[in-house]
Amino acid sequence: MPNLEHPAYPAADLLHLESLVPCRESQVSMLLSIFGERQQFSFPSIFIYGHTSSGKTYVMQTLLTTLQLPHVFVNCVEYFTSRLLLEEILIQLQSSSSDKEQTCPVHCDTLNDFVRLFKQAVASQELQDQTLYIVLDRAEQLREMEANILPAFLRLQELTDRNVTVVLLSEIVWELFRPNVGCFEPFTMYFPDYSIGHLQKILSQNHPPEYSADFYSAYINILLGVFYMVCRDLKELRHLAALNFAKYCEPVVRGEANERDTRKLWKNIEPHLKKAMQTVYLREISSSQWERLQHDGGEPGQLKGLSAHTHVELPYYSKFLLIAAYLASYNPVRTDKRFFLKHHGKIRKTNFMKKHEKTSNHLLGPKPFPLDRLLAILYSIVDNRVAPTANIFSQITSLVTLQLLSMVGQNDQLDGPRYKCTVSLDFIRAVAR
Amino acid sequence: QHRHLLELLKRTMVHGESNSALIIGPRGSGKTALLNHVLKDLREMKQVTENLLELFMKNPFLSGLLQTNDKVALKEITRQLQLENVVGDKVFGSFAENLAFLLEALRKGNRTSSCPILFVLDEFDLFVHHKNQTLLYNLFDISQSAQTPVTVIGLTCRQDILELLEKRVKSRFSHRQIYLMNSFDFKQYIKIFKTQLSLPAEFPDESFAQKWNNNVQHLSEDKTVQDVLQNLFHHTKDLRSLHLLLMLAVSAVTVHHPLLTAADLQEASRHHRTDSKANIVHGLSVLEICLIIAMKHLNDVYDGEPFNFQMVYNEFQKFIQRKAHSMYNFEKPVVMKAFEHLLQLELVKPLERPSVRAQREYLLMKLLLDSSQIMDALQVYPNCPTDVKQWAASSLSWL
Repeated sequence: MPNLEHPAYPAADLLHLESLVPCRESQVSMLLSIFGERQQFSFPSIFIYGHTSSGKTYVMQTLLTTLQLPHVFVNCVEYFTSRLLLEEILIQLQSSSSDKEQTCPVHCDTLNDFVRLFKQAVASQELQDQTLYIVLDRAEQLREMEANILPAFLRLQELTDRNVTVVLLSEIVWELFRPNVGCFEPFTMYFPDYSIGHLQKILSQNHPPEYSADFYSAYINILLGVFYMVCRDLKELRHLAALNFAKYCEPVVRGEANERDTRKLWKNIEPHLKKAMQTVYLREISSSQWERLQHDGGEPGQLKGLSAHTHVELPYYSKFLLIAAYLASYNPVRTDKRFFLKHHGKIRKTNFMKKHEKTSNHLLGPKPFPLDRLLAILYSIVDNRVAPTANIFSQITSLVTLQLLSMVGQNDQLDGPRYKCTVSLDFIRAVAR
Repeated sequence: QHRHLLELLKRTMVHGESNSALIIGPRGSGKTALLNHVLKDLREMKQVTENLLELFMKNPFLSGLLQTNDKVALKEITRQLQLENVVGDKVFGSFAENLAFLLEALRKGNRTSSCPILFVLDEFDLFVHHKNQTLLYNLFDISQSAQTPVTVIGLTCRQDILELLEKRVKSRFSHRQIYLMNSFDFKQYIKIFKTQLSLPAEFPDESFAQKWNNNVQHLSEDKTVQDVLQNLFHHTKDLRSLHLLLMLAVSAVTVHHPLLTAADLQEASRHHRTDSKANIVHGLSVLEICLIIAMKHLNDVYDGEPFNFQMVYNEFQKFIQRKAHSMYNFEKPVVMKAFEHLLQLELVKPLERPSVRAQREYLLMKLLLDSSQIMDALQVYPNCPTDVKQWAASSLSWL
C-alpha cells in the first residue's frame, strides 16, 4: 500500500521509491510535500541534518533519481575549495543538458562569474521552469571555505532569480553554521536515527540466499545485542555483520548444529564477537586479515593490531630511559627524594600539597622535566653504574625522533633541554616486561 | 520611509542631484523589498511624466556577497553598464580613472545630458571590508562632485556601519540613514498573518477562494493559532520566520486536505522549534551517553573548567566500578572511539587546535551542551538503562 501519495508524480514511481527507502517514509513524504510540483518554487534553501549513516545522502539521491528531478549532486569534501566547487556544479549542469556536445572547460573563479554562468547554463537547458536542485553533501566543509560561499548559496534563489533550491546535508546542527552577522535562514529538517527495530529490519534485508531469513534475523539479533551499546552506525554494523556471518554459520556447515540450535550458535560466536570489538571495530586490523584469521582458526594471542606495532623493540638503556622519563613526567618533584634515595627523610605535608592533591597528575597529562632530573632518576633505577657517555645522550635524541619523548621549549634554552614523556601507562607496562 | 526614499530617488532623476543614503535594518526587516517597491513606483512614474528629457535609468545591482573585491566590482559595473566594448584593452592606472572613464563614456553615449545612475549596494558591510575601501571612496566622491548625477544606496544589517567607514569615505557620505525596524505589535502581526494567507482576488476559482479566505479568518480567531503566533512573535519579530512557518503549514495542504487547520499550524510550529541538539543526543549510543553524563558531572564539580579525555574516562570508570549493572566495562580504545565520534559531531569542542606535540587524550575540551538539555534529552532517550539515568540525576559526591 503506497504511503507516499503525490498528485504530481506517477504512482508507480512512488511505489518503487518506497521500496528503496525502508523506515524513512515520513521524511520522504515531507520532502515531497515541500518540493511540490515540478514548476513550483520551493524554499530557497533546505538544511538536512542527522547522525552518521542515517540515510541522508542515500535518500536524497534515490528520491531525485527515481522521480527524475533535475539536480546537481556535489560532495564538499571532494571539492574543497570554492573554485573547484563552483566549476563542478557548472560542469554537471552542462553535462546533464546534452550528452552529444563535449563539455567545454569552464573557468569560474568567483561567485560573481558563477551567478552569470549559472544563469546562462540554466537558460540553455530545456528545464521549462522546473526546480533545479543543487545538493551539497558534507556541507560543514563550506564553513572552511571563503566566508561568502555559505550565505551566497543560501540566497541563491534570490541572487540568480531562477527556480533553484539548494539542499545542504550535514551531521552538525545549524546553530554551529550560522555566520556572525546572520544570514538567510534555511528550512531545517532532521533525519532521526534508526531505532533498534529499524536497524534490525534494514540489516536483515541483506541476507544471503542460502540461509533462511529467520536464521539471519537471529544472527542480527545477537550482533546487535553485543554492539548496540557501543555503536549505532548502520555502515559499521553492516560491515561487522558481513564479516562475522561466516563464523556464525560454521557449526551449521560442519554439521554440529542445525539452524535452530541457538544456544550452541551463541556459544560459538560470542567470544568471536568480543574479539571483533577490540580489533575490527577499532580498525586495528583490516578485514582481510580478519577473514584469514577466521579461516586459519589461529589463536587470538597472535593477533597484532595496529597499535601493537608501536611496541617497537628498544635497546636496553632506551627502555630504562623511557621508564625514567615516565616517572619524571608524572611524579611531582617533591616525591623524588622519597622514592629514589636510599635514606630519605619524612616529607611533611604542607597545606599547599593538601589543596593540590585533588587533580592527579595522571589526569592532567605529562609535565616537562629538565634533562638532569631524567639522568638522576635513570642512575637510581639502573642497578649497575651508568656512565654518562654520548651513547646515552644519542639514545635520548632517538627517543625524541620516535616521538616517544617530546622536546618542550626552544632549542637554545639556557638551562638545558626539557622533555616530556608522550606514552601511556599501558605502553610503559608493556615495555617493562 | 517609503516616501523618504521615493523623494530621494525622484530628486536624482528629475533634478539631476547626486545623493547617497544607507538603509539600515536587522535581517528580514524588508530592506530589499522596500527598495524594489520604490523602484517599481519610479518606473511607473517615469512613464507618466513623458515631458522630461529622455532619462535613462540603469541600476547596476551589486551585492556584497558576489563582488568580493574591488576589481571584481568594477568588472561587474562595466558589464552591467554594457560598456565592455568601450573599455576593451585599456589599462587603467588607478581605480578612480577607470570609474571616471566609464562615466564619461556614458555621458557621451546619451548626447543630450548625462543620465543618472543608481548604484544599489547590497550587504554594504562587506564592501566596507575591501582593501582601502576604494570602491566606496570613489562612488561617494563622484556623488559629491557634480559631474554625473549618481545616487548610491547601500543596504546593510549592521547598526554600527558608520564606524566602519574610513574617515575620508565618511566625510563624503551624506549621512542620510533610513532605519527600518519591525515595530508592529501583536495585533498587527495577526493582521499580517491574515493578509499573507489570504488568496488574492485574481485567483481563478472564486468559490474556493471564498472558502479559503473564510477559513483564514476563522483561524486567526482561534485560540491555539493565536498561541502559536504569540510564541513565534516573542521569539523573533521578523516576517521571514513567519513566512517559513506558513509555507511549511501550507505545504501540508493536498487534494484530500484542502483547507488549513489549526493542527497543521501547530505541527509546523513544533517542527520549527525543535531543539536540534536534543535530536542529535537522541541518536547517540549508550556508551556515548555515559560519556556525556560523565562530562556533565565534571562540569558540575569543577564549575565549567575544561576537561580532557583522561578525566572523562576516569569518571566513567568510577561509575562502572561502583554502580553499573547493565554496562559492560569497555576497553579504553573503544571508549576513545566513542569520544572521537562525539568530537566529530561537534558536541565536544577542543579549546585549541590539536598540535603534534600534545597527546590526543590530554587535549583540553569543553562540552557544548547545557546540563538541562542533557536531562531533557535523557527523558526521551529510548531504552536507557535505569542505572545510567540514576547516575545522571544524582551527582556522585565523594572525594
